[in-house]
Amino acid sequence: MSNLEITFVLNGERVKVVTAPDALLVDLLRDTLGLTGTKVGCREGECGACTVLLDGKPVNSCLLPAVKAAGRSVTTIEGLAAADGTLHPLQEAFTEEGAAQCGFCTPGMILNAKALLDANPHPQEGEIRQALSGVLCRCTGYGKIVAAVKTASQSRK
Amino acid sequence: MSYQFNEFHWANDIKAGQYLQPATLAEALDMLASFGGKARVIAGGTDLVPSLRQRHLEVEALVDVSRLPGMDGIARQGEVVSLGGGVTHAQAASSPVVAEAAGLLAAGAGSVGSPQIRNVGTLAGNLIAGQPAADTSLPLLALDAWVTIASPQGQREEPLNGFFLGKGRTKLDPGREIMTGIHFKALGQGRGGSYQRLAKRKAMTLPMLVAAVVAGVDPGRKVFTGAAIALGPVAPTPLRAAQAEALLAGAPVSAESVAAAVEKASEESSPRDSCLRGSCDYRREMVKVFVRRGLADALAQAGCPLD
Repeated sequence: MSNLEITFVLNGERVKVVTAPDALLVDLLRDTLGLTGTKVGCREGECGACTVLLDGKPVNSCLLPAVKAAGRSVTTIEGLAAADGTLHPLQEAFTEEGAAQCGFCTPGMILNAKALLDANPHPQEGEIRQALSGVLCRCTGYGKIVAAVKTASQSRK
Repeated sequence: MSYQFNEFHWANDIKAGQYLQPATLAEALDMLASFGGKARVIAGGTDLVPSLRQRHLEVEALVDVSRLPGMDGIARQGEVVSLGGGVTHAQAASSPVVAEAAGLLAAGAGSVGSPQIRNVGTLAGNLIAGQPAADTSLPLLALDAWVTIASPQGQREEPLNGFFLGKGRTKLDPGREIMTGIHFKALGQGRGGSYQRLAKRKAMTLPMLVAAVVAGVDPGRKVFTGAAIALGPVAPTPLRAAQAEALLAGAPVSAESVAAAVEKASEESSPRDSCLRGSCDYRREMVKVFVRRGLADALAQAGCPLD
């Protein structure tokens, strides 16, 4: 085993970390870096609970070798609120709409929604559903989640 | 009765002693060669990582080709569209070049997995995985695409028709070779295409059936100049319904000729009975529906609609 030192930007800050060559990004984030907001659901790319943004695009961190983050920018759910604790408009909207039941899918839902709104600030409902199609909510509360993304898109002028 | 633990639980790691990041294609081929077939190319990893975790595949090293120069481009030169070996499903699904030249490929790429999978998974990986119902293999097969493969002996081209050898097996050796490009002739001027997909959900699901169809016509004489019908999963590999295609070549564009091809395509298909993907009988009936719809759609696009 030859461990590798990688450097990447994590939630806006430069981090340098040693990783096993066969570690997956989700485990590096949760176990090495202590950021447990990223959830492990199925570990096979089906549920989307482990979604993070890689250079702004949603990816399943359970399928991504950690080494692939080298030199790139990773955003997890911990990176959304401002430094003073002010929530991101999507987090506000999810709270306001009650768009969480058990909450396990919420980080994945919010990060996929963020990638959508960053590219398309005022999406149609179909575009919202499409953007969230890679995250499963087993409480089946999709209605309020879609409503929350709509609310967040309207709060952005 | 004892259970084999691994049947139900995958390992958490992907068990590779080394993760190598070559800077050039030549370096990547050398790295692969130095492991004598026990290393494996990784691009997006969306197929490979689950196989490694299940230990269906064991490797000594992974050679990451996703950052090799010149692998992520989509370009059109005259009639030929070329996609680099690192082009992702998301890139192909949103590319104006692909949309104009081959709408069926854009549709197929947009049907793979989920947005997260499409952002990292590559078309080359989809081809090399050699699955019979791969959402981008079937449209590429219908487009008579060919691929460029770099190996220690040099570069070669392989037509996709004949590339798939069996379930999970192709003419590319993923322990020694690298797919660097995918090429096909653009549709337009008397050639249209269509992508038909049957699935239980709109995302995160393998298809129960896909028909990718390309029809070439002479609109003046209203005859088929050729047709390509790619079907999956109806055989161990992505299938070209060659006998149905032969019926159409030179045939008049008519309901009768389409009906004959539809019956033949269904006869050529041998889908398995599956409790997840439907019975053989059902899917053979659906082959007829999809080939009919696909041909009608492709003909309309080619400027020679069925009456």
